[in-house]
Amino acid sequence: MSMVQGATGEWEMVIGLEVHAQVVSEAKLFSGAATDFGAEPNSQVSLVDAAMPGMLPVINEVCVHQAVRTGLGLKAEINLVSVFDRKNYFYPDLPAGYQISQFTRPIVGKGEIEIDLADGSSRTIGITRLHLEQDAGKSLHDQDPKRSFIDLNRSGVALMEIVSEPDMRSAEEAAAYLRKMRAILRYLGTCDGNMDEGSMRCDVNVSMRRLGDPLGTRCEIKNVNSIRFLQQAIEYEARRQVAILEDGGTIDQETRLFDSRKGETRTMRSKEEAHDYRYFPDPDLLPLELDADWVETLKADLPELPDEKKARFVEVFGITPYDAGILVAEQDRADYFEAVAEGRDAKLAANWMISELFGRLNKASLEIADSPVSAAALGELVDMIADDTISGRIAKEVFDEMVETGQGAGAIVEAKGLKQITDTGALETVVDEIIAGNPEQAEQFREGKQSVVGWFVGQAMKATQGKANPKAVNEILRKKLG
Amino acid sequence: MSRLTDLTISAARDGLAEGDFSARELAESHIQAMEAARPLNAFVTETPERAIQMAEASDARRVKGEALPLDGIPLAIKDLYCTEGVLTTAGSHILDGFRPPYESTVTAQLWRDGAVMLGKTNMDEFAMGSANVTSHYGPVESPWRREGDNRALVPGGSSGGSAAAVAARIALGATGTDTGGSIRQPASFTGIVGLKPTYGRCSRWGIVAFASSLDQAGPMTRTVRDAAIMLGSMAGHDPKDSTSVDRLVPDYEAALTGGIRGLRVGVPAEYRMDGMPEEIEALWRRGEEWLTAAGADCVPIRLPHTKYALAAYYIVAPAEASSNLARYDGVRYGLRVPGDSVDAMYEGTRGEGFGTEVRRRVMIGAYVLSAGYYDAYYLKAQKVRTLILKDFTDAFEDVDVILAPTAPSAAFAIGEKEDDPIAMYLNDVFTVPASMAGLPGISVPAGLSGEGLPLGLQLIGRPFDEETVLRTAGVLEDAAGFDARPPAIPGA
Repeated sequence: MSMVQGATGEWEMVIGLEVHAQVVSEAKLFSGAATDFGAEPNSQVSLVDAAMPGMLPVINEVCVHQAVRTGLGLKAEINLVSVFDRKNYFYPDLPAGYQISQFTRPIVGKGEIEIDLADGSSRTIGITRLHLEQDAGKSLHDQDPKRSFIDLNRSGVALMEIVSEPDMRSAEEAAAYLRKMRAILRYLGTCDGNMDEGSMRCDVNVSMRRLGDPLGTRCEIKNVNSIRFLQQAIEYEARRQVAILEDGGTIDQETRLFDSRKGETRTMRSKEEAHDYRYFPDPDLLPLELDADWVETLKADLPELPDEKKARFVEVFGITPYDAGILVAEQDRADYFEAVAEGRDAKLAANWMISELFGRLNKASLEIADSPVSAAALGELVDMIADDTISGRIAKEVFDEMVETGQGAGAIVEAKGLKQITDTGALETVVDEIIAGNPEQAEQFREGKQSVVGWFVGQAMKATQGKANPKAVNEILRKKLG
Repeated sequence: MSRLTDLTISAARDGLAEGDFSARELAESHIQAMEAARPLNAFVTETPERAIQMAEASDARRVKGEALPLDGIPLAIKDLYCTEGVLTTAGSHILDGFRPPYESTVTAQLWRDGAVMLGKTNMDEFAMGSANVTSHYGPVESPWRREGDNRALVPGGSSGGSAAAVAARIALGATGTDTGGSIRQPASFTGIVGLKPTYGRCSRWGIVAFASSLDQAGPMTRTVRDAAIMLGSMAGHDPKDSTSVDRLVPDYEAALTGGIRGLRVGVPAEYRMDGMPEEIEALWRRGEEWLTAAGADCVPIRLPHTKYALAAYYIVAPAEASSNLARYDGVRYGLRVPGDSVDAMYEGTRGEGFGTEVRRRVMIGAYVLSAGYYDAYYLKAQKVRTLILKDFTDAFEDVDVILAPTAPSAAFAIGEKEDDPIAMYLNDVFTVPASMAGLPGISVPAGLSGEGLPLGLQLIGRPFDEETVLRTAGVLEDAAGFDARPPAIPGA
């Protein structure tokens, strides 16, 4: 828990998140229209999506399937009976004048997510509910100087709204929650989690209180479209609220908008301006009834999720929980790791991925799927380190070359003559020369000054351009000077 | 009975099969009747070219020996049904120029079975009304007149154009829709048969929605047999309507055996209302006598929550309507009244596009759903609805069908009751309970009022038991022997 230091003392942040996750599905929630991102405006619109007179919604079972799997992945209660409601409001990109959502009886009830924090601790964040709802279309204001246009491609696309309990206490925790949520959704294949394409969006509720006090008045911040913005928005909002509270003011319950350019939040609408959505059960749809056995089948077929995978990595591969947490954060990383680690020194594999590969990928803004070094190629490099073909230091050079050229480790080592010198005869000659050239250090060694060993090894490495096997050099030195 | 327009659907079917006349001749007779009857204002859109085209296709099929169940039968379609490429208005200004690029499931099934479309019939705006006076296209006139009084009468509503067209021999049958009585009440007013099937029996897909949990398509015809024939084509499961029910469509015509010996008929005490005209009460008793004479047992039953039905209906239906009609916003189709802002455009469009009654119901609906009122109105009305259904379910433990009047009065003159919405709403007092319970109901012409106007009797059945309803209706029809014809058939 991190407290916010105000002029009059410490304040605690209370944060809850509403995540809108677009369901991975070929068709929309209540129509057969396609859902591809980036299609020509209004090219993926059915008569239902355009709310033509007399059109009726029919639930897409794939979306129900995905919502239930997501619920199961969040260790949540699955409600065998849920109800679709109409949320009524006028907006040009909402063709029917109502959004079909779930209000009083969502498809998924209480669940939880475990988050890992930088200090190595873990926390459980409660999930309040998950419900299915339709996305709206998009108003385009930049196509014409006078008129606005409407693109209904997104109209009717299935979203899962996943609401957390107000369990988070810092921007870091909120970010960890959102990352973990994204990982779980991606593992399940129920949402692609691409925040930059809008297929995962997030509203955040923030309030402040003195430790131990009841909950303060919250503000909802909309339009938070990246994890970085989420943290910025929370930090800004916390400071803003503390400043008001410490001035003796009160927080107005309101909806605020995050301006990512200015890094600040501003009022969107006050409580008084809040819509009356006139929710009521959609008479065009029957209550959604699920079969308990069917839910059990889905549960049995769930893939291994991040928490389970992490536990297995620690147990089977013997890596640290911290490293395992980093590796399972994305399915692709975990798969890559398993391919490298299988039958090899798993700790070495984990180290190479975390400290070498990820750094280089980050620098080049690449995802692991686009890595110039395949899992098999990294495996070959790890093998060459393990069997003393090359030293760890040389391996880094080789790896740079691999990243640069995409060539295999073996080919690079061969071509550049980087093989480690383990030939005792050749190394003895080198060591003899160094001893002969540095009598003073040799004398110190004989007098028992252990620290000069390192210096000698360094000299040997220098003389061999790093190719000497340091272990062999060590042994020869002890033999010659001991 | 030499005129083709005087035929029933079943007689026309036989005549076509026998080669007595062609579908084209049948269509032409009806097109002439439609033109002659224009003063009734029964149609918003006439589609004579399409009728001829469809009739010719029908004749061609018959020549090849491929005749379909409704082949060549000219029908009128309520303008609430979306018809591909043909103006569909729902009686509203707000749907100006709307030509759907799709065909409603029910009409598609009628065309699949060979029927011929004469045109789109006038109706109360968005099916909201009981007199067909709220249409943007003007009121429909009934072909009936009170004895010694030439004032134009209402045909009832909301399917008033369909009722007038069938009664005035413009169409052999018509489609209607019934939300709270919109098929049965105009059938009663115009001396024809009107059947509201069980909720879920016919697809609602492509029918402009009024109140989704109540709307149901049904036939309006001159005989019970014709209603059975039409329903056979209109009914059926539609995967595009989640509330349509996947049940076999029985042979409704085969249900008309005339045998109702031992049938238990419930007579609900609660439908005997204060101020109900004596002649309606008398007609109801006569109905009991007819059914008893045919071997049925008429027994008194209780439907204790009947008195709350109308009030609950006028909460549920407007609530759903307020949401269903939100899509008419001027953005995508129909009328748009430009404004300086989006809100101004909405206000202009909806203010001009909707008539008084529609605006009234949208406001009532928005009110009963709003925060703070939802529990007191909408939720309470839903509870009442559950109780009404329970009343019927309990009653059907004991009886097979229920007999009641269709409407508390005969047709009234155009202009009457227009300034009193409550008096207008009371027209539906006997039809609304079955609507709230989703049950099948039929109105059968059973006699004339003292002023010479038709009066109907209503039968209400168990869910999906249209067969018993039709069989009993057939017995009533035979016993009543209603053969009065409207005096004001233009061109006749």
